[in-house]
Amino acid sequence: MIELRGVRKRFGRHIVLDGVDFAVADGETVALLGPSGTGKSVLLKHIIGLLKPDGGDVLVDGLSVPALRRGDLANLRKRIGYAFQTGALFDSVSVFENIRLGIGEESCYRDLGACRDRVAECLRLVNLPDDVGKLMPVQLSGGMRKRVGIARAIAGNPKYLLYDEPTSGLDPVNADVMDALIESLQKELRVTSVVVSHDVRGSFKVADRIALLDQGRIRAVGTPEEFMAAKDSVVREFLERDFRFEEMED
Amino acid sequence: MAPRGPAGMPSSPSGGGLLERLPRTTAELPIPVNVARHVAKPVLRALEHVGRLGLMALELLRAVPEWRIWLPRAVEQCWHVGVGSLAIVVMTAAFAGGVTALQAGYQFTGTVPLYIVGSLVAESIILELGPVLTGLLLAGRIGARYAAELGTMRVTEQIDALESLGRNPASHLLLPRVIAGLTMVPALVIIANAVGVGAGWLAAKQSVGITNADFIYGTRAYFRSFDLWYSLLKALAFGAVVTIIPCYVGFTAKEGAEGVGRATTAAVVMSCVFILLLDLVLARLLLPA
Repeated sequence: MIELRGVRKRFGRHIVLDGVDFAVADGETVALLGPSGTGKSVLLKHIIGLLKPDGGDVLVDGLSVPALRRGDLANLRKRIGYAFQTGALFDSVSVFENIRLGIGEESCYRDLGACRDRVAECLRLVNLPDDVGKLMPVQLSGGMRKRVGIARAIAGNPKYLLYDEPTSGLDPVNADVMDALIESLQKELRVTSVVVSHDVRGSFKVADRIALLDQGRIRAVGTPEEFMAAKDSVVREFLERDFRFEEMED
Repeated sequence: MAPRGPAGMPSSPSGGGLLERLPRTTAELPIPVNVARHVAKPVLRALEHVGRLGLMALELLRAVPEWRIWLPRAVEQCWHVGVGSLAIVVMTAAFAGGVTALQAGYQFTGTVPLYIVGSLVAESIILELGPVLTGLLLAGRIGARYAAELGTMRVTEQIDALESLGRNPASHLLLPRVIAGLTMVPALVIIANAVGVGAGWLAAKQSVGITNADFIYGTRAYFRSFDLWYSLLKALAFGAVVTIIPCYVGFTAKEGAEGVGRATTAAVVMSCVFILLLDLVLARLLLPA
């Protein structure tokens, strides 16, 4: 279980998170929505311990992430897969090496045969052919980079998967492919997922629950149906803005 | 009894309380206070960097037992630093040795015995030009590369990605580079010393007509084996400077492409300054007057 209790974070004078309370139960997928710049990615980085809160606590499996010692934090991170917004692939090594680095278990990491099998399996899960492993990250399209980033995140068989804007920068067709991929990974791997996004339509497809981050706090949280029926003005405005955009597109 | 101001504080004879007399903006602060503020800020920032650099050095030491990770990467980096820099180091050392011999010949012909040219060339190259020129060259070639590589990795979240996989950036990225500097820079300096002295010998023979016997006699006359150790010690120190400083600066880069550019420039400038500073300090400490 992932739990954030009154998490506060500021950068200089800018308050990004102002007492965030948020919980994700085992096995569920929660989409965290909010306009750009509201601190969604910052919140995600607190879960994996890349950022430390100024106040409050972040608990994963009952462990306080900010209080963990270096070795324990590294072990915890091996149970969490993080798919970065831009892929964040290591551009000096091949796709194969990128995914191999995601294999957390050292004995498996050193066994090249086992690594080949695991990398091929991860590429299959993200709908990429086996020979993509030979390519360098610079040779991949934006969508492929994101998928390789997800393949690297799942290589270590994580219990939790954190997606940072998985559909941003993708055309609508590829965004749908990505949403379908998240759904299929959820079914195949049975992971607990947090999907940070500003794509309302996609989030409604993949998530069991939706949360809206606004002005450094969780403004609303609930199932997609509860979210649609919400009376809160900020939630309504956020939803209507997206659906208005869809109508314009139609 | 003295009149009392607000909150029971004594007021000045002119009537204004102590609180009322305090400056309301920093511009109203007395000049020494303002100067102190302007001096204190950069000093505190410099101390912060020193502290962070110390923490990074600690991380490097902690990563040493993870040799299975850093060793193969260190071999790769050694190739880049050693073999990749060999041509430019040899060329620079050859020119430095040749020019030293030519200038010595120009100054000494007809005034002092020519065997002194051999001594001057060997001592200048081994004690100073070999290590310092190699260090400055590598500050540009390796320092800029390391700062740009790590800076780009930082701003494109590749370092965050490595950490998110539970892997230690010190053993994957930093230690292999530092090990490469500590091993390859001394090796390159030994080569630079040999090439520099050899080039000086050839140039002295061509320009002032010194005999081989005279050159060898001059080289041996003032040579002490300590000179070679001193040269190697300097090389080791410069190897640390041209890797640790750029790694630190690149690792802490911020703010996109502009930040990486700033980090790269800062890494080269700081490495060069520290090399010259260390050159002076080591000479003062280790060379008897």
